[in-house]
Amino acid sequence: FLGAGGGNDIQWCFSQVKGAVDDDVAEADIISTVEFNHSGELLATGDKGGRVVIFQQEQENKTQSHSRGEYNVYSTFQSHEPEFDYLKSLEIEEKINKIRWLPQKNAAQFLLSTNDKTIKLWKISERDKRPEGYNLKEEDGRYRDPTTVTTLRVPVFRPMDLMVEASPRRIFANAHTYHINSISINSDYETYLSADDLRINLWHLEITDRNIVDIKPANMEELTEVITAAEFHPNSCSTFVYSSSKGTIRLCDMRASALCDRHSKLFEEPEDPSNRSFFSEIISSISDVKFSHSGRYMMTRDYLSVKIWDLNMENRPVETYQVHEYLRSKLCSLYENDCIFDKFECCWNGSDSIVMTGSYNNFFRMFDRNTKRDITLEASRENNKPRTVLKPRKVCASGKRKKDEISVDSLDFNKKILHTAWHPKENIIAVATTNNLYIFQDKMN
Amino acid sequence: QDTQEKDKALPPERAEEAKLKAKYPNLGQRPGGSDFLMKRLQKGQKYFDSGDYNMAKAKMKNKQLPSAGPDKNLVTGDHIPTPQDLPQRKSSLVTSKLAG
Repeated sequence: FLGAGGGNDIQWCFSQVKGAVDDDVAEADIISTVEFNHSGELLATGDKGGRVVIFQQEQENKTQSHSRGEYNVYSTFQSHEPEFDYLKSLEIEEKINKIRWLPQKNAAQFLLSTNDKTIKLWKISERDKRPEGYNLKEEDGRYRDPTTVTTLRVPVFRPMDLMVEASPRRIFANAHTYHINSISINSDYETYLSADDLRINLWHLEITDRNIVDIKPANMEELTEVITAAEFHPNSCSTFVYSSSKGTIRLCDMRASALCDRHSKLFEEPEDPSNRSFFSEIISSISDVKFSHSGRYMMTRDYLSVKIWDLNMENRPVETYQVHEYLRSKLCSLYENDCIFDKFECCWNGSDSIVMTGSYNNFFRMFDRNTKRDITLEASRENNKPRTVLKPRKVCASGKRKKDEISVDSLDFNKKILHTAWHPKENIIAVATTNNLYIFQDKMN
Repeated sequence: QDTQEKDKALPPERAEEAKLKAKYPNLGQRPGGSDFLMKRLQKGQKYFDSGDYNMAKAKMKNKQLPSAGPDKNLVTGDHIPTPQDLPQRKSSLVTSKLAG
């Protein structure tokens, strides 16, 4: 495995865990998205209750060279509220589906957060000074009687305890008939896309909105496919991709036409017709698509695997990694308990050499693209001694279970890791279980 | 022993499909397609008709509206679903436990 020895392999250690210990999880506390900002200094989470919590990494302590800064709460706010659309009889959940950070341009930080229907641009700013010494106001804000003012003074800024304020700067609403699954900021830093099941909209951060993809059929009876995820290319500002419930990915170029219904490239792996079953389409549905940092590759996650695609090759992925192949012989029960519809995300490390994704039983998996080794780790409070290296886990698919292995039937399918994030530069990862956030980092010597 | 051999002949996915069809013989003819998509598109749909609601409100102006108390699951003839009857969706007033 990765990390089972060998000089260059990463050894992962527990660093921190956030959230309640109790097993009785309130719906609102279910974590629904996790995202590092571009420097990795900030880590944002969104939950089913519509709340955002942002953590900030402590400045590195020069004397403590054996650990990196910890992540502490920086700001928390209510991003979205539950709504009821009386006209359509539609209940709109406040659950935050995605958070995406804007690159930092000035002292303030900006992020986009979205629920099923509305995208909001939030400004997070620090205040560490306040003006004191007004002529017409007392320190507590009460107005002074002007007749008592006999001298003039110049108000000055004095330091105060740091206050972090979040304020909504833009609300992009009423543009999605269906449920938003993705937002992605363009490399031009001025526009972004939002995708729902059938349409992709292009927005200018300042004003406009229009459709750039519309796959809604004229007759809804003919509906065979929906959009599951979408992302802008990291460097090419006119290129974006979107994935479908049928396991295809379409790459579109906005320079080709205003409405990108015709793709420039279609990525699809040919299917073995003898293997086709009732489950084939469901498990081929892509739950996440992510470009590599280089922009040369993209990664897709379907129910059982992670695939790496070279943008220059449409007819098959260049790499395929099995996440939990042992579940293929459990599809019947996974369909009955709805787990087959779970939407796992995936992510790249900063150098695009390792990819990570979650699984069940609070397990998560990493695949090293160079060494072709993989590892299974667990996010659990049992391993929570800092600097203790995590022990690799193994699932026993069939036959005699070895010591320390866990059998497929003992896996807890309620403990899903759907959301993971990798720091853009360091070996620090954030892994969300149902209601807890774990931070792991590599062992520093 | 016999069932094990039968499974060996079929790839695991097809064996699972056979299991499912044995349990639910009326399962849709089209493999995993449109039914799921329509369900996905209709997420959040509740049964509340604003027309019915306003008619009922007008009709009951002089009557006392049946309160949505512990019996709210019992639907009577005059009882039109009101916004108050729908599951209460209050926003969280509590700070996230991640920030605790």
